[in-house]
Amino acid sequence: MTYAAGVDVGSTQTKAVIIDEDLRIVGRALVSTGSNVTVAAESAYELALKQGNILEEQDGVGFIIGTGYGRYKVTFGDAQTTEISCHGRGAVHMFPGTRTVVDMGGQDTKAIRVSPTGEILDFVMNDKCAAGTGRFLGAAASALDLPLDQLGPTALQSSRPVKITTTCTVFADGEILSLIGKGKRVEDVLLGVHHSVVSRSIGLLSRVGIDKEVTFTGGVANNTGMVSVLNQELGFDVNVSEDSHFMGALGAALFAMDRIVAGRTPARLQEVKA
Amino acid sequence: MTITAGIDVGGAYTKVVLMDGEQIIGKAMLRTGYKPAIAAEECLVSALAAAGIARDRIEYTVATGFGRFQVAFSQLNVTELTAAAWGAHALFPQTQTILDVGGHAVKASRIDSSRQVKSFRLNEKCAAGTGAFLEKTARYMGFETDRIGALASTSAVAVPISGVCTVFAEAEVINHLSQGIAAADIMNGAIVSLVGKSIQLMKRVKMEPEVTLIGGIMRFPTMVSAIREKVAVDVNVPEGDLVQFVAALGAGALAQLQVRRLAEQGTPVTRRAEPVGASAS
Amino acid sequence: MTSTTQLTTPSSQLITPPDSLGSSIVGRGNKEGNRLFRDWYAELTSAPDRKEHSAYVFVMGSLAEILRSFDIHTIFPEINGLQQAVRHVADDDIGRAEDIGFSADVCGYVKADVGMQLRGGDHPMGKIPPPSLAVYTNACNTYIKWAEIWERMYHVPTFTLDVPGSRAAGRLTWPGQVDFENDRKYVAGQINELITLCEQVTGKKFDIDKLREAMAHTNTMSRMWKRLIEINKSTPSVYNAVTDGTVFLGMMNGYRGRPEGAKYFTDLVEEMEYKAANGIGTPFEEKYRLAFVGVPCYPIFRRFSEMFTEWGGAFVGSSYLWFASGGANLGYEYDLDHPLESLAEGLLVTVRDSMDSMFFSDQNLIDMIEPYGIDGVVYHPIKSCRTVSTGLADNRRAVMAATDVATLFMESDHMDKRVVSEAQLKNRVDAFFEGLATRKARRVSEGAHQARA
Repeated sequence: MTYAAGVDVGSTQTKAVIIDEDLRIVGRALVSTGSNVTVAAESAYELALKQGNILEEQDGVGFIIGTGYGRYKVTFGDAQTTEISCHGRGAVHMFPGTRTVVDMGGQDTKAIRVSPTGEILDFVMNDKCAAGTGRFLGAAASALDLPLDQLGPTALQSSRPVKITTTCTVFADGEILSLIGKGKRVEDVLLGVHHSVVSRSIGLLSRVGIDKEVTFTGGVANNTGMVSVLNQELGFDVNVSEDSHFMGALGAALFAMDRIVAGRTPARLQEVKA
Repeated sequence: MTITAGIDVGGAYTKVVLMDGEQIIGKAMLRTGYKPAIAAEECLVSALAAAGIARDRIEYTVATGFGRFQVAFSQLNVTELTAAAWGAHALFPQTQTILDVGGHAVKASRIDSSRQVKSFRLNEKCAAGTGAFLEKTARYMGFETDRIGALASTSAVAVPISGVCTVFAEAEVINHLSQGIAAADIMNGAIVSLVGKSIQLMKRVKMEPEVTLIGGIMRFPTMVSAIREKVAVDVNVPEGDLVQFVAALGAGALAQLQVRRLAEQGTPVTRRAEPVGASAS
Repeated sequence: MTSTTQLTTPSSQLITPPDSLGSSIVGRGNKEGNRLFRDWYAELTSAPDRKEHSAYVFVMGSLAEILRSFDIHTIFPEINGLQQAVRHVADDDIGRAEDIGFSADVCGYVKADVGMQLRGGDHPMGKIPPPSLAVYTNACNTYIKWAEIWERMYHVPTFTLDVPGSRAAGRLTWPGQVDFENDRKYVAGQINELITLCEQVTGKKFDIDKLREAMAHTNTMSRMWKRLIEINKSTPSVYNAVTDGTVFLGMMNGYRGRPEGAKYFTDLVEEMEYKAANGIGTPFEEKYRLAFVGVPCYPIFRRFSEMFTEWGGAFVGSSYLWFASGGANLGYEYDLDHPLESLAEGLLVTVRDSMDSMFFSDQNLIDMIEPYGIDGVVYHPIKSCRTVSTGLADNRRAVMAATDVATLFMESDHMDKRVVSEAQLKNRVDAFFEGLATRKARRVSEGAHQARA
């Protein structure tokens, strides 16, 4: 059995995915990126191997691709591919009807238009302004002292979102605190925050053109509140996978398997065989 | 003996200093959170306990900081600049320039010998030039705030942060990490950048000796020595945790002055329960 | 411009052409360009010693020919600025300008200039003398406010040339049409005013023959410039429109109306035609042919270029070569028998075109795709210049709707390092080339498929 691996080094978390020849995920792992990117990549990879019961004989893993901001520091990787390409590929693999991908990770938001084969037709990124990214949600979470996984469920307890007027994340915590201080309910304020982020994401998506089906990837797709509000504002349901967090790593693993199928042997294995 | 209170309700922390004449008899600090009125009250109670005196012993209270209008028990509110001027002067009477690196803003001010603020400039959260930025950077990399100094001191090369926007600067930190740059060098770089911005501010107010540094960040020797290196003159730094209490101290000292003035005029001090409106500073 | 020499391969590593003419010709343009650039700045530095006048002017409508006829040196603060950035000395100057109150939003060129002026004009290329006058057009609204700064600083006269632009996209007027003739009269009247001003400043009488001489040289340069842009249709392309382009723009502006300029471009075209005829491209392998829209990122100039060349991306064309040459891409040539009327007409046509190259360039880009074999268009909006950056998002959409070319949208600044994030730029560039590679692979397999069918 031949395996391929993808390691996605993100700003906050590093993800690794291992797939087999049938393109099924056999191992996955997620660790905090912390301050040493290479170490994070190695741990994630090793944990994924363990999870899949794949033994250390690296002959088993025929090709490893690194992606994410830290892709050049995946020192044991055989090649690098940007997350834009990887999310596109991963999304189409999971949901073959995908024509538009919205990826929201820790740092930025991407809107990607893809062909039926996962080819990137166009993309726009918001990597500058933290409004409309997971960071805005993160600012709200720390202002209200809530863990990230409670943001969605808490917001969904509300049916009356409070409008958040600040567009800049730097001032978000100030506005949120003053709203709470004025007696607004936490769930209403949080729902308002979600609406804020969704509306900016849709603005970004419009720039590449919103073609169904839309697939939502990245860590923020685990936020049920975001999915709900996004569906509401788009007027149709987006695809969300349980593995949305791993979409980048999955795409990287799929590209890695392409290389194996094309007969490419990485330098790492050539030395071993020699 | 005249006992007065100075209270500084900052964006991040609330501080109270109790004074008897020129002596500090008790102080307390806690997080402001999102209800400044409650924070002020609780902090006062804490300080009183530390001093071991009853509340009705306080003859006058002056409040400062962004939350000063929420303080129910003060007789007078003053701006942080005025309070800092009084506090710095009380500790170092030759002070002419004050650099206050606070949680949410960095301020440079010029004062004269009568503690009047002649000019000031400030940098806010928006401008990636605050103590909060250093804390956030440290925590992002997995270090506690009190480890900032120790971490930076192990670095040989500061990798500076050029961004002016806090958001951009954070992205820069992430990019540096993703390129394998060591956390210590990033922390050092963040400090260097912060110091650079602070020096720029001081130049803009045309700094003159003596220069007094205040604000929580000044607890870290790395920060102080980084400033010392860049500034041609010697700098005063209040001892220990007093660096964080300078504005509250100034408010307390101002309160002492108020009591004397009122006594000279023969006017009794009014004890008020409700917060003051816009007040003379 | 030593830093740009480093962008091209040292001559020892260049491909050796087969004949003796070739060995002296390839690389000549960059070498000569560097030398002439240094000479120009040396002249400017020593101009005050010879009691010579200098004018601060801009790349879009420099009125160089009029100024030459009065022996007034032309100084281009835009070019001074980009040099400050390329040599990593702009940050302090920008900071100094902000210290005295210029906002973060103001054009980086302006702030770098103000900071430098406050330091007495010390510049990496020499010492920039203060102006005797400033001459500018309305092609960029910032020019006007910038000149006012010098007015206040140096108490010198500033001259505005107000050039009517296109009334709407695609609605141009031409000689013979009533609107055009009215506009020409308007411009001609202003030129006369400039002549009067120059007479006052220099104490010399206007010499129309000297003007003719300068205009003749500009004619040669414009003719050559147009040809230069067309030569890059060749495969492989013979110069990099962004990096070599910056050298060429330095020459086009700094030596406009001068015999050295005419010679430079004649020689340059000879070199490029030689390269095209012999299949000699740039030192980097050309896998993808690209067009660049906007102003380059000067604070990381070398790295910016490498991000593309590493992937085999070659810039065969750039809108920068259109507007920053003051519309020389049109190849407009003056009628020397009627110098003043022709100058008015020429300015009207070229400065208008500069503005159109910034605001309405989508059709020009669309028209470029086929003849130049463009695989992708790279848009580079810059934060501190709305003039150049406004409308690029719409432009991109128009180009993508009309063609199936790939596009990249990447944002930074031309001068301010604080808003340039190399990691973010690289991320977008890498994704763009990954897309181009997949596209190419698909086309190859489709082509093979069709061949078999």
